[in-house]
Amino acid sequence: MNQPPRVGPAGPTAPTLDVDALLDDPGIGIIVCCGSGGVGKTTTSAALALRAAERGRKVVVLTIDPARRLAQAMGIDALDNTPRPVVDVDAAAGGHLDAMMLDMKRTFDEVVESQASPEKAKQILENPFYIALSSSFAGTQEYMAMEKLGQIHADSVAAGGDGRYDLIVVDTPPSRSALDFLDAPERLSSFLDGRFIRLMLAPTRGPARLIGAGFGLITNALTKILGAQVLRDLQTFVAAIDTVFGGFRQRAMKTYALLQADGTAFVVVAAPEPDALREAAYFVERLSADQMPLAGLVVNRAGAAPAGSLSADEAMTAAARLRRDEPTSTTAGLLRLHADQVRLVEREQRLRSRFAAAHPQVATAVVPALASDVHDLTGLRRVGELLAEQ
Amino acid sequence: MTDWPKVRLHVVTGKGGTGKSTVAAALALALATRGKNVLLCEVEGRQGIARMFDVDPLPFEERRLTTGLPGPDGRPGVVHALHIDPESALLEYLALYYKLGRAGRALERFGVIEFATTIAPGVRDVLLTGKVFEAVERNSRNKGAIQYDAVVLDAPPTGRIVQFLNVSNELAGLAKVGPVKSQADTMMTLFRSPRTAVHLVTVLEEMPVQETVDGIAELRSVDLPVGGVVVNLVRPQDLTAEQLDATDPETVSADLKAAGVEADDALVESLISEGHEHAERRALETSQRAIVAGLDVPTYELPRLPQGVDLGALYELAATLREQGLA
Ligand SMILES: Nc1ncnc2c1ncn2[C@@H]1O[C@H](COP(=O)(O)OP(=O)(O)OP(=O)(O)O)[C@@H](O)[C@H]1O
Ligand SMILES: Nc1ncnc2c1ncn2[C@@H]1O[C@H](COP(=O)(O)OP(=O)(O)OP(=O)(O)O)[C@@H](O)[C@H]1O
Ligand SMILES: [Mg+2]
Ligand SMILES: [Mg+2]
Repeated sequence: MNQPPRVGPAGPTAPTLDVDALLDDPGIGIIVCCGSGGVGKTTTSAALALRAAERGRKVVVLTIDPARRLAQAMGIDALDNTPRPVVDVDAAAGGHLDAMMLDMKRTFDEVVESQASPEKAKQILENPFYIALSSSFAGTQEYMAMEKLGQIHADSVAAGGDGRYDLIVVDTPPSRSALDFLDAPERLSSFLDGRFIRLMLAPTRGPARLIGAGFGLITNALTKILGAQVLRDLQTFVAAIDTVFGGFRQRAMKTYALLQADGTAFVVVAAPEPDALREAAYFVERLSADQMPLAGLVVNRAGAAPAGSLSADEAMTAAARLRRDEPTSTTAGLLRLHADQVRLVEREQRLRSRFAAAHPQVATAVVPALASDVHDLTGLRRVGELLAEQ
Repeated sequence: MTDWPKVRLHVVTGKGGTGKSTVAAALALALATRGKNVLLCEVEGRQGIARMFDVDPLPFEERRLTTGLPGPDGRPGVVHALHIDPESALLEYLALYYKLGRAGRALERFGVIEFATTIAPGVRDVLLTGKVFEAVERNSRNKGAIQYDAVVLDAPPTGRIVQFLNVSNELAGLAKVGPVKSQADTMMTLFRSPRTAVHLVTVLEEMPVQETVDGIAELRSVDLPVGGVVVNLVRPQDLTAEQLDATDPETVSADLKAAGVEADDALVESLISEGHEHAERRALETSQRAIVAGLDVPTYELPRLPQGVDLGALYELAATLREQGLA
């Protein structure tokens, strides 16, 4: 029964992500944690931020929809769109940590208010189309996360800012694809530049005659289906917001440029699952296409490799033998758990090697699944340590 | 015997990543028995069905996907699949209900279709649910279409499900009168009836369970029919908590020897520590399970398959769901 270990690294392995070197690099002013839904973006960003602060950096972490208990533990359970100091952070190294939870609609409203006269702003904020855009347009949350990042960077990190922070750690919204974060500004702009919006604007400022006939057809059709009120709301929306959008586009482009700058590092988070790793691969390719700086991949909630060389099949055979004599044998149960764990770890390792083979340059850190979820500073500190000790 | 004999429309929601698509697919397989026709729909543009069943990306067109799980008599039914995207749904809707002629084409040319399906409040959702409604309540407008015995919807996550199904409310800010409004009202009649059930998938962790609790309350507050809770990714239960607490190295070591495994201390220690971690996770699961049990809705449990979900596993999960009475 003496066989070589089967759970060691199999196939290509990735270079190691040196998390502490990343956090200590004074040249890095922004760390963005991206990844598909539920993989641990919020946990990873909070853990990185806490670790950076306790290593002496002046950090603010911008979180999105953290779990209730984690938000309470960080003192950010009130949504007020302003960073608040996190208490109980070890400040011995001279750093500090502020945290905030993004309020998407409020960020959007604030942008409108800063760009339009009070009267016009009010008109926009009450329009049903604006309400839909600011609360449910796919991409708004991503766009607003960027907007807030841009604001904090300009206020505190960039030259001329108040210097309150030297590192911003950004969590990204739950979405099916990590790419949504990068695509959001473009999506919003192209929506606002869409044919229909331009068409609605045309009668007030363009060669209306040219499209008059087609436009009549459309307004008639829309009135027939939706009723006249809708069309009026729509026209108000488009006209009122036109002035504001020029500013939007400019700001989005500025933040996008910030993401391409040297001071930014992207950390891609993935679960050791086919879907999450596929998303991570798309994202890595996209970053390199857009010349955005990738720090590395965090494979979160990985199965812990069991010690020893007992294979899954051997464990199952032994369990069956024991159960023949004693159906409720505890040892048989433990063997079965072991077999499941070995299979899980083998499967995850296959998936990781496949990723490493396709993207050999991507530095990787593996964080094991903790037995319970991460809902306080102690848990975050633990995740930080696990991230660092690879 | 199924717990949901009257249900024609099974809506499957849950927190992201808990297994909605997997459960929806397994449920469709489980319902497709004895020559029945079942339609599995997806609405989030992800092509998850194609990936799970290893077929080419699905168009906006009902396709025969596979045979279902055979019944006790050995006879299966057929699962069909449909990928609903809002643009195609709007064009189909306009063609079925309005003879817009030139105006219809103008709508597309001037970007109205694109606009309507990306922003107009609620329109996107109404189009998606409208197509699902049409598949459940086939009428003479859609000539030659298959009549389905059941429709399973792989729905948006819990956080959006009420907004998604509560179409007349969503349109309230927009179309107060007119044909769209009255069609939305007809759809609501189906969604609120006992012929619809909204099932919630969860895993036994704090956030997903909390989302399930909130989701059920929210569904009930607008009279949408709550179906069952499917607890997914459940860890093996073949050791009791007492057993896990009482493991001692000597017994384990002796047992291993008896079973012909060369037992060094490292192996024994590793088995025991795996057991302890498992016990800790199980304790967490148990506390969450108690919350689920307190919800007063039928629950179903699916095991965590250590090797992941392939086509064979979907049939396995389907069989489990049928045994437990979801189908
Ligand atoms: N290494 C880990 N071990 C155990 N639990 C973890 C680990 N990492 C994250 N979790 C838990 O997993 C859950 C999801 O994590 P998190 O909220 O960070 O994911 P997310 O990517 O931000 O999700 P979303 O896409 O919904 O925003 C949380 O309950 C968290 O405590
Ligand atoms: N019972 C199970 N055992 C093992 N793996 C499972 C099980 N159920 C689901 N999975 C796996 O978990 C992952 C997520 O499942 P699935 O895609 O069905 O979730 P979802 O809720 O539809 O996710 P999303 O919110 O992204 O649409 C998939 O990789 C799937 O194969
Ligand atoms: Mg999150
Ligand atoms: Mg899904």
